[in-house]
Amino acid sequence: MTEQLHLAVALDGAGWHPAAWRDPSAFPDELFSPGYWLRLVRLAERGKLDFVTIEDSLGLQSGRYDGLDGRADHVKGRLDALLIAARVAPVTTHVGLVPTVTVTHTEPFHVSTQLATLDYLSTGRAGWRAQVSGRPGEAAHFGRRTFPDLDLTRLQGPAAQAFLAELFAEAADHIEVVRRLWDSWEDDAEIRDVATGRFIDRDKLHYIDFTGTHFSVKGPSITPRPPQGQPVVTALAHSRPGYELDTDVVYVTPSDAVSAAAIVAEARALGRAKVFADVVVFLDPDRKARLDELGGAAFASDAHTYTGDAAGLAELLLSWRAAGVDGFRLRPGVLPADLEVIVADLVPLLRAAGAFREDYTATTLRGHLGLPAAPNRYARTEVAA
Amino acid sequence: MTNTKKQVVLAAHFPGVNNTTVWSDPAAGSQIAFDSFRRFAQSAERGKFDFFFLAEGLRLREQRGRIHDLDVVGRPDALTVLAGLAAVTTHLGLTGTVNATFNEPYELARKLASLDHLSGGRAGWNVVTSSDAFTGENFRRGGYLDRADRYTRAAEVLHTARELWDTWPAGEVVADREAGVFTRTGDPGHFVHSGQHVDIRGHFTVPRSPQGRPLIIQAGDSDPGREFAARDADAIFSRHGTLEAGKAFYADVKGRMARHGRRPEELKILPASTFVLGDTAEEAAEKAHHIRRQQVSPQTAILLLEQLWNKDLSDHDPDGPLPAFDPVVDDDSIIKGRARLFDDPLATARQWRAIAEEKGLGIRDLIIEVTGRQTFIGTPASVAATIDEFVQSGAADGFILVPHLVPGGLDEFVDTVVPLLQERGVFRAEYTTGTLRGHLGLRHE
Repeated sequence: MTEQLHLAVALDGAGWHPAAWRDPSAFPDELFSPGYWLRLVRLAERGKLDFVTIEDSLGLQSGRYDGLDGRADHVKGRLDALLIAARVAPVTTHVGLVPTVTVTHTEPFHVSTQLATLDYLSTGRAGWRAQVSGRPGEAAHFGRRTFPDLDLTRLQGPAAQAFLAELFAEAADHIEVVRRLWDSWEDDAEIRDVATGRFIDRDKLHYIDFTGTHFSVKGPSITPRPPQGQPVVTALAHSRPGYELDTDVVYVTPSDAVSAAAIVAEARALGRAKVFADVVVFLDPDRKARLDELGGAAFASDAHTYTGDAAGLAELLLSWRAAGVDGFRLRPGVLPADLEVIVADLVPLLRAAGAFREDYTATTLRGHLGLPAAPNRYARTEVAA
Repeated sequence: MTNTKKQVVLAAHFPGVNNTTVWSDPAAGSQIAFDSFRRFAQSAERGKFDFFFLAEGLRLREQRGRIHDLDVVGRPDALTVLAGLAAVTTHLGLTGTVNATFNEPYELARKLASLDHLSGGRAGWNVVTSSDAFTGENFRRGGYLDRADRYTRAAEVLHTARELWDTWPAGEVVADREAGVFTRTGDPGHFVHSGQHVDIRGHFTVPRSPQGRPLIIQAGDSDPGREFAARDADAIFSRHGTLEAGKAFYADVKGRMARHGRRPEELKILPASTFVLGDTAEEAAEKAHHIRRQQVSPQTAILLLEQLWNKDLSDHDPDGPLPAFDPVVDDDSIIKGRARLFDDPLATARQWRAIAEEKGLGIRDLIIEVTGRQTFIGTPASVAATIDEFVQSGAADGFILVPHLVPGGLDEFVDTVVPLLQERGVFRAEYTTGTLRGHLGLRHE
């Protein structure tokens, strides 16, 4: 029997093609309205997808890494991804909600309670796409430090390498603090014991006492341990420093089944439970050609770009699945059009191949992914007599 | 006939993490499950309230050097819950406390503007500041602000947020497919802010939100706090719940507004208030006493006494007499994670001793007597009349009601008092606008 695969979709504005918003099927004047996002997430839920991610950044979109691009013909502006996820959580029932939240400038304490709150709002469907930012423009939005004007597309120099190492070390600390805070309340800390007048058993609340270069955090969290215990932590990674982050799911960018197998082996050896391949998908070849023409350039991406019909995509996914990839995060070239084809055509093809669920069998994101219940690092284990 | 009576503003405060929220009652539900927030907010919306309010605290309280375990504890991130509530309500304003010391203005402005979009113009921000190193231990900033800098920081963070909200003019997003023009300018949202507490520059990412600027709420009572409110706030949470104190506060704050070029009706003064309703005055009084005993357990009585005495009193009998010695007057407070409660502990202790002696009260009964008596106790008719009187006589523009139970604590008020206020012609029967500023009669900025 074919191995089951996991399927997620990456939501970003009008889609991943820079000219996607100009397609007749797009809704460019609704990108900042809650109804737009709810429609997309419900569509993904109808397809029984594992989860959606929502792109975000602490700066304006730009085609350049080192600054803004000045283009008025691309989508500019975003709403906070975590709040979009919170807005759709109470009115969806199964699909996982994985907003992007930057680690570089944010407070791990706030990020931890915000994601825990999303887990409460969705009764166990929260995840996090942790994102590192080295952009000088974003650093200037916080005024805490100045980032060098490095061309990160040329990573060979020692200065760039040291800067990157520093960013990833901070990211690792951030994720560590967020995770510790989630565990800082044991699940049964709330006791409501009228006899002793105690609402909580304070021995089941824990200081996390984290000390690091960029922040030190005492704890415990203000938010009780969320329904999943540990919401699902994910990251997009293109090389070893990203694979090393303490995530449950890593999104990687192989170019074919062979490179997928190599990357999967490397990420697994570093302890990643689930490896997803990112694939940009254009499920109407004419549309992609039209948008390339409108945008004045052929679409380019860090991830493999598939252009073709759903049958061809199903074939590609199954072959990469056979190479060891656990699942896929599909980046629709145009929204909602390509997501509609994923749900209407791709999912039934994968089901016919015995590779995708007929219906949800769990209600939490950890459940969809087959991740085990998360033990609490602070809970005292009973010693058998 | 034209209705000339001043309209009452009503807000619903989700019960907080202190002893006034009763958790021992069989009707007390979860403080953290989203369903509690949903039910509470939907109740407020059924009552046509102006807005829902959620407080915040960024470090768990400690007393005697240990995490405080007697009160309700544990709460969500405020803005995240508000975004969730936007999905299950349609008109109710959605406001919360967000700390201006331990959040950076870019991120804060972004989240608040996003909430305003996601709620269709119903967002509000209660701007608070902290000055304590205790809370700072959870954040990058660490340390703390001098008390004197609290309001300068709050004002600068707020002004920066306003600058950011104003960076995208209305109509910046064109989304003209044919012309290939998404935004009028290539890189919208440009800003530079260079000040004492905030030095940032770049581009804001959120298009102008439905209200232009979310509602600004302020809660301080000090002179700089009042000045801040008179200049910058759209609503103020006051602590002045009696008619005379309310009138004095109201006149003082509204009197400061002209200096800032503002009209008195541009700032709503809303005392935080609790209530107990009964079919008769006697029944209400009995219920009020019962609730007070739930709020002040024997253990809580000792802890509240320690907050004045600033000393470990765990060896004292809750039904016995007050300590024989005076409070410890010391900068190092026994309680951490909340504002200091007593300006002159020795004088307060003298008052409490006098009351205890006169009425023959032990510690618990004294604490019940001297702390946190409910603001409105009576029949729905008398409570409605009192609220109306406060508003018509210039002691308040309305009230922020703080029930003692989650999630059903507002229901009785909605079912019995709201209809009477509507009959009096001082409270809306239906929402007439879709935004929070609209509900309060404030213009969109």
